[in-house]
Amino acid sequence: MRIFDPHIHMTSRTTDDYEAMRAAGVRAVVEPSFWLGQPRTSPASFLDYFDSLLGWEPYRAAQYGIAHHCALALNPKEANDPRCVPVIDELPHYLVKDHVVAVGEIGYDSLTPAEDAAFAAQLQLAHDHGLPALVHTPHRDKLNGLRRTVDIVRESALPPERVLLDHLNETTAKEAKDSGAWLGFSVYPDTKMDVDRTVAVLKDFGTERVVVNSAADWGRSDPLTTRRVGDAMLRAGFSEDEADQVLWHNPVAFYGLSGRLNLDRGRPDAPYEGNTILRGGE
Amino acid sequence: MVTTPPAATNAAADKPFTAIDERLTPAVQAWLDAALAEAAEATAPAGHRRGLPAWELRFAEAGRRCGSETAADAARVLLLHTAGADAATAARLYRRGTADERRAVLLALPGLELAPEEGLPLVEDALRTSDTRLIAAAVGSYAAEHLAQHAWRHAVLKCLCTGVPAAAVAGLARRARGDAELARMLTDHTGECTAAGRPVPVDLYLVQALTAEAEEP
Ligand SMILES: [Zn+2]
Repeated sequence: MRIFDPHIHMTSRTTDDYEAMRAAGVRAVVEPSFWLGQPRTSPASFLDYFDSLLGWEPYRAAQYGIAHHCALALNPKEANDPRCVPVIDELPHYLVKDHVVAVGEIGYDSLTPAEDAAFAAQLQLAHDHGLPALVHTPHRDKLNGLRRTVDIVRESALPPERVLLDHLNETTAKEAKDSGAWLGFSVYPDTKMDVDRTVAVLKDFGTERVVVNSAADWGRSDPLTTRRVGDAMLRAGFSEDEADQVLWHNPVAFYGLSGRLNLDRGRPDAPYEGNTILRGGE
Repeated sequence: MVTTPPAATNAAADKPFTAIDERLTPAVQAWLDAALAEAAEATAPAGHRRGLPAWELRFAEAGRRCGSETAADAARVLLLHTAGADAATAARLYRRGTADERRAVLLALPGLELAPEEGLPLVEDALRTSDTRLIAAAVGSYAAEHLAQHAWRHAVLKCLCTGVPAAAVAGLARRARGDAELARMLTDHTGECTAAGRPVPVDLYLVQALTAEAEEP
């Protein structure tokens, strides 16, 4: 089973996780920018984080045969901190980079005017840079938040088919699907979906334009939930092709909208790629 | 195929960096020609320019345009040389760059006219990382020329410890020759490996042999 985890925060994970993910079939990941669990106090802190997502993390991932791409953004929570907001002005320098395949995570946390502004501005940035957008839907006041999210996407220059609405559940999936956006289900212990509920939702909504992710981070989470969903899909009577569609083809198609996916980097490589460095030499 | 100024050298191999060593598709060649034309324009006195110069955008997108990592490295180096990137530009592109862009700046250093105090901070930054591809790009001929002996010895040892082949270190034989302190560091490292039951890096003996050669008069 080959797996593309379209939403995972590898910077919070260990190399043991990379090893286990590779063994479970994970060959590609997208790491969206988010909150660190500890508030940042300046844009410089974001820039160091972006550096890590554009350098160190892909390097780590490559050593385990996993292609790493990222989505960059000011996250919804810190959109409320005026010390952090100026990072939006820096984003255009970073959104042109190779391996940036989306703007994200953007969206709502507490549904504030500051979040409205950051969300709208970053949807515009996605449009301007030819990138799709990964949109986090809120954990509190969820259905209302989903409706506001759909409205703001509709008012933006970005067409809904270039938007992935993530962290959906049984209460929000229907309206999210009706909006024309891609659907994302985060299988994350306690606060988001579990494996069986995810499989039930896939039965209801089908396997088109749907992705499943672990959203694993520094919280109590599990980077292998994507694999567990694949196994549960097969047990529930989905075909291998349907599992492959959800766990591989759909994320490839969505992030492929950027024109910047390079899945060759998911091949196992020696830590030192000598031929790259020594080209034309010996 | 476009060529760079004769001073340009491939950092890792001490060889002239004159062109991309592989067949490019017509689309990639067209992209490269246009990008280099933009870079050549950047050497003209700046008018009232807004935002990033166009060639710096090409520098950012080279990976997804060129198809292979080798071609992207070469294209980025050609862009830097053609634009005649000054110290401020090289530092900005490095500091705001992805790992691939940083590697390209390091590979381009020998062909840029940067004083040691301008180029060395970039080399030293790369040598502090744990990314072997950055480390390998940092120990090219610019480092061979300018890195102080203490930092250079540590760079060599770091290469050995992280699996970067000794062949990536430019000017190795010249600088290692007769270096008793480097020889001592290597002997100590051998002791450490042996005590830990770990294999001694194969290239270590090769470097040690180089240190044993007598210094030129
Ligand atoms: Zn997340």
